[in-house]
Amino acid sequence: MSEKPTMIQALNRALRDAMAADGSVVVFGEDVGALGGVFRVTDGLTAEFGESRCFDTPLAEAGIVGMAVGMAMNGMRPVVEMQFDAFAYPAFEQIISHVAKIGNRTRGRVRLPMVIRVPYGGGIGGVEHHCDSSEAYYAHTPGLLVVTPATNTDAYGLLRAAIEHPDPVVFLEPKKQYFTKEELDLHPVPPIGQAVVRREGSDATLIAYGPSVPVALAAAEQAAAEGRDLAVVDLRSIVPFDDETVTAAVRRTGRAVVVAEAPGFASVASEIAARVSERCFHHLEAPVRRVTGFDVPYPPPKLERHHLPGVDRILDAVDDLQWEVT
Amino acid sequence: MERLIDETGAVVGHGLPAPEVLLDGYRALVLARRLNEQAGALVRQGRLAVYPSSHGQEACQVAAAAVLEETDWLFPTYRDVAAIAARGVDPLDVLVMLRGEWHCGYDPIATRVAPQATPLATQLPHAVGVGHAARLKGEDTVVMALCGDGATSEGDFHEALNFAAVFAAPVVFLVQNNKYAISVPLSRQSAAESLAAKGVGYGVPGVRVDGNDLAALTVVLTEAVARARRGDGPSLVEADTYRIQAHTNADDPSRYRDDEEVQRWRLRDPLLRLRVHLTSTGALTPELEADFAGAAEEMAAHVRAGMSQDNALDPAELFAHVYSTPTPQLREQAAQLAAELSGGDR
Repeated sequence: MSEKPTMIQALNRALRDAMAADGSVVVFGEDVGALGGVFRVTDGLTAEFGESRCFDTPLAEAGIVGMAVGMAMNGMRPVVEMQFDAFAYPAFEQIISHVAKIGNRTRGRVRLPMVIRVPYGGGIGGVEHHCDSSEAYYAHTPGLLVVTPATNTDAYGLLRAAIEHPDPVVFLEPKKQYFTKEELDLHPVPPIGQAVVRREGSDATLIAYGPSVPVALAAAEQAAAEGRDLAVVDLRSIVPFDDETVTAAVRRTGRAVVVAEAPGFASVASEIAARVSERCFHHLEAPVRRVTGFDVPYPPPKLERHHLPGVDRILDAVDDLQWEVT
Repeated sequence: MERLIDETGAVVGHGLPAPEVLLDGYRALVLARRLNEQAGALVRQGRLAVYPSSHGQEACQVAAAAVLEETDWLFPTYRDVAAIAARGVDPLDVLVMLRGEWHCGYDPIATRVAPQATPLATQLPHAVGVGHAARLKGEDTVVMALCGDGATSEGDFHEALNFAAVFAAPVVFLVQNNKYAISVPLSRQSAAESLAAKGVGYGVPGVRVDGNDLAALTVVLTEAVARARRGDGPSLVEADTYRIQAHTNADDPSRYRDDEEVQRWRLRDPLLRLRVHLTSTGALTPELEADFAGAAEEMAAHVRAGMSQDNALDPAELFAHVYSTPTPQLREQAAQLAAELSGGDR
């Protein structure tokens, strides 16, 4: 590609390469065939691989995920698309009661190598039910892997890794970044479960994932201009959680702010804050802060800017990290 | 409703399966009934935590397994222990779940029997997926998917039928209509003319069959399996039967049905009518009857012996299967539990 690809194109490339590499990879869901998905992530797959490898289904998410379970039981590697975050909820019982548990139920005799792709998060001016940050529901359920890329290279690499993984993966795509154009490096496939330090810094560590990573990086840029040196950790994988990378980063700086779009109560951000507090207590100069969405249903488009963690709110939290006592 | 042998043992239709098929079926019925009785006794003795009995539904249990090839799949519910045993799985492996040792004790891949679980109808979309994958791989596998009348109210039942029809998946949906979902009667599940009629909305042929008539069940299910194997798509079979016993030992059926109703259904017992028929034709001799009873006792003794053994359970297994490779967090938690177990009391 002469022009830098979008995240959608990176994901599309990952699907295409995975389907070419392994004949058992099948893609299905709503509108993924002729249309190529409402976001075009599956664009051209039916034309290239045929109707048996990429196909539309009836409009019923429990049926889609349930059928994927059976296909995974019988030797296939299904990759299913949930059209939007909140449209995955009809499949919730299948995901929680079966996708997550069949490996354990059968003492590992039945593994489910399947991927559930979910475009998630806000910031796109979408109506209600199109902007949920649903990661905590999945992360709370043992048996699921939960990953979310923040860059186009990770979108490609993590999706390839998810498709190759023997366990079920909930693959959360930050739809706010779908149209971001970036260089795409196809080679380094990050193993699932490894966070990465996106920016080194010595004063405080911002911990973010998915759509909050670019916001955290922008906040770090601005902080640098104001004389504070912030590190940014991109989790990439919520489950398994990379305690090692996160803990090491926080210990280096002694201060931490967790940034996430989802409502903060009982959230992934809360889990991170708790883990960091337990593991880094003697290195901390200040309580770990969370900058999250409010505990409200996702706002209508004209109000969403007040809800989403932005640079200012992150820097206000950083300002609160008891700098005066050191 | 399809029926070949009525409750008096009289032949009331044409196209009866061959006598040796019915004899094999009768033997399997005797074993299934004995397994239900043995498991019930083990519950009363406190050696089995719970047992949802299929007493009265044994013809469905036996026929569902008998019409399948070894390469086919069976998707059972939690009440279908006898069907899994009829498929050839050791009852002791099946009872691992109800004994509380693990969630599933047999190997679903080796036995081609999906794991049992208690959510209703959620196994049906899985059955469609197994069937669709088989078709994509060019295999002529058929999937027998079981559920009860209560499950037909669940969304997954409808989604599974619809998906199966749209993809012409090789699935036979067998609804054992035993008239009760714990305490709630059929009239509160559905106002439809029949449960088989629900197939119409999905373009799936529906057949209603006497679920206590092994002969009719064998014919109807064999035809549905053949149709699926040919690539002509799914079928919905409603078996008219009755749950003679309580939902489980924790249930009190006297609160929602009277003995008279149960007595009426006892007269339609699936074993009784087939015994009368096979005895009248001379196929079932006293020697064979004794032979079958002996096999049933042998199986029951095997179950009792296995249940009286205390299997050592390893708490570390809690962490072993959650993922194909335990996460660092699970390894930490496994170490914590191991330390607790080796450290004695505080």
